[in-house]
Amino acid sequence: MLNTRFFRNVRLGIKTLMLHKMRSILTMTGMVFGVGAVIAMLAVGEGASKEALDQIRRLGSQNIIINSQKSVQQAASGSMRVRMNIYGLLYDDLDRITQSFDTVERVVPAKLIRGTGRIGGRSLDLRLVGTTPSWFELVERKLIAGRVMTPHDMQTNANIVVLTEHGARKLLAGRSTIGSQVRINQGYFTVVGVIKSESIQSGAMQTPDEEIDAYIPLNVAIERFGDITTTRGQGSRSRELVELHQLIVQVDSIEHVESTAAGIERMLSLFHSKKDYKMSVPLALLRQAQATQRTFNIVLGSIAGISLLIGGIGIMNIMLASVTERTREIGIRRAIGARRKQIIGQFLIETVVLSVTGGLIGIGIGMLIPWLITMFADMPTVVTLWSVLLSVVISIGVGIIFGMYPAMRAANLDPIEALRHE
Amino acid sequence: MNTPTTNPARSKHVIELRAVWKTYRMGDQDVHALAGVDLNIEHGSFWAISGASGSGKSTMLNLLGCLDRPTSGSYALEGQDISSMSDDALSDLRLKHLGFVFQSFNLIPQLTVQENIELPLFYQGIDAQVASDRARAIADRVGLGDRLGHRPTELSGGQQQRVAIARALSNEPSVLLADEPTGNLDTATGDSIMQLLTELHEQGKTIMMVTHEPEIAAYAQYQLTMRDGKVASIVENTSCRSGKRPMGSSLSC
Repeated sequence: MLNTRFFRNVRLGIKTLMLHKMRSILTMTGMVFGVGAVIAMLAVGEGASKEALDQIRRLGSQNIIINSQKSVQQAASGSMRVRMNIYGLLYDDLDRITQSFDTVERVVPAKLIRGTGRIGGRSLDLRLVGTTPSWFELVERKLIAGRVMTPHDMQTNANIVVLTEHGARKLLAGRSTIGSQVRINQGYFTVVGVIKSESIQSGAMQTPDEEIDAYIPLNVAIERFGDITTTRGQGSRSRELVELHQLIVQVDSIEHVESTAAGIERMLSLFHSKKDYKMSVPLALLRQAQATQRTFNIVLGSIAGISLLIGGIGIMNIMLASVTERTREIGIRRAIGARRKQIIGQFLIETVVLSVTGGLIGIGIGMLIPWLITMFADMPTVVTLWSVLLSVVISIGVGIIFGMYPAMRAANLDPIEALRHE
Repeated sequence: MNTPTTNPARSKHVIELRAVWKTYRMGDQDVHALAGVDLNIEHGSFWAISGASGSGKSTMLNLLGCLDRPTSGSYALEGQDISSMSDDALSDLRLKHLGFVFQSFNLIPQLTVQENIELPLFYQGIDAQVASDRARAIADRVGLGDRLGHRPTELSGGQQQRVAIARALSNEPSVLLADEPTGNLDTATGDSIMQLLTELHEQGKTIMMVTHEPEIAAYAQYQLTMRDGKVASIVENTSCRSGKRPMGSSLSC
């Protein structure tokens, strides 16, 4: 019963507003643009941050990545004609980290060697990754054919290689992939599997894998290629000795990532006299990105809030005018026996109908704008469900807050005075 | 339409005023719009209240209509004393027991005839279907059965006043209050409205009507004249109770 009365009130409210179509439309525009701005700005912000967050997540938020790098002094002394640069992570670091931390799930080593793969007449520059089977547990990529590296391969020092889809296509196009022999530098390797690589390389962040990777057992890599690489420059040669180029440490839970990273940092600094490694924690980047996003949202929220405030004031202004205009009607209703609450209800429903209609149109426009942005500017945008729900709630809220004062004014009119009003 | 029997245990009076004063403060002066009014109104009687402007007849009607409370004294409507009632309680009283007919009709322009008539039922929370049926029946009774879908502005003055009367009747009130119901109408139309009110009276309605026109006042059973906030005289129109138009008009009968 109460329901039907409510809906009759809504229907009456709409009817009354339809009497002044132009005025109602103009009154709604504030809400339309306010809500439209909320939805559109949140969609753009969400799109931008989602891209960044996706990249970081792909690095693995439970991971700590340590890369070897020349320390500052070593980099500066590179002008000597023949000199051995010794730096970077050690095989011992792998063992130390694996054994010292309870919170470490697995440590994945990578020894990176530049090489050229050849099959028949085809050749391709490769990045040889000497690693352990744990790589494939950590960097989860789709297996396209064959199998990945196994502990058995490690034990038997097997000359096997796992290629990426890209590498396999370049080297083995038109031939059966699994079981083929690939010559890499001076050795022959049997292709046992092909995985899909999902590498992204952008700015400070990059995934551990690359398109041109070829994965071989770590012990085979050490045995075959040693730790020294020689680079021939113009009239000079530089030699480097690096045991391991990268360690990826996977921590058992997100809560332990930061403490474990600090522990590893302390430990490495004990065994390395120079800082010849660089640690990066995707989780920290993620946190940073989220903080940036929060700031962004607050700024956008304030702008949207101001437009909604203006929209609300516009509605209040018109409703006050409407109350004055309809003083006599209010008097009639009160004389008939309407309670103050019912008069408040009537005017509140009218304002809420105005604000919600404006809000719904605003949601429509707010969803159209991101779509256009994605279409023409090729920027990712995401209209989230919660931003739509929030807009609906805000629209109702604005209607109630800014409708309350005019409605109270209407309800508190003296019925006798109101009836006398011309 | 039966005579309301809301309070059979109480007196036969639907309205009882006891030493009612209504005082307004104008500047530093007290103005007594009503200065000690005693009045009993029986169920089913038809009263005309007249008097010069400023005599207190409007204040009287507002008071009778529970739009206002007396400054002192007591007013009982259907045995309920309104002097200390809350605004909500007064609203409920108006909704249940009173019907208003105004000089300027006071229909709500954005509502149709039917919706105007249903308005009191709407506020009573009566089922939409029941309200619709009742509005239809009442519209038939005032001769507007074919105008239900029209807007008030599409009707003549006489028709609008019939809608107003229908609206005032829809909640089956104890008392119908009319403020110069023919004031905005030409004589012929005014007469037809008075015919309608007379019929309602014959069917048992209590009617309190304010008018300054003697010919209109002559339709009533009792003529109450006010002067300076007091009841100056009450005359019973004994010979005119048939409800037909009094031939000699004015106060002759």
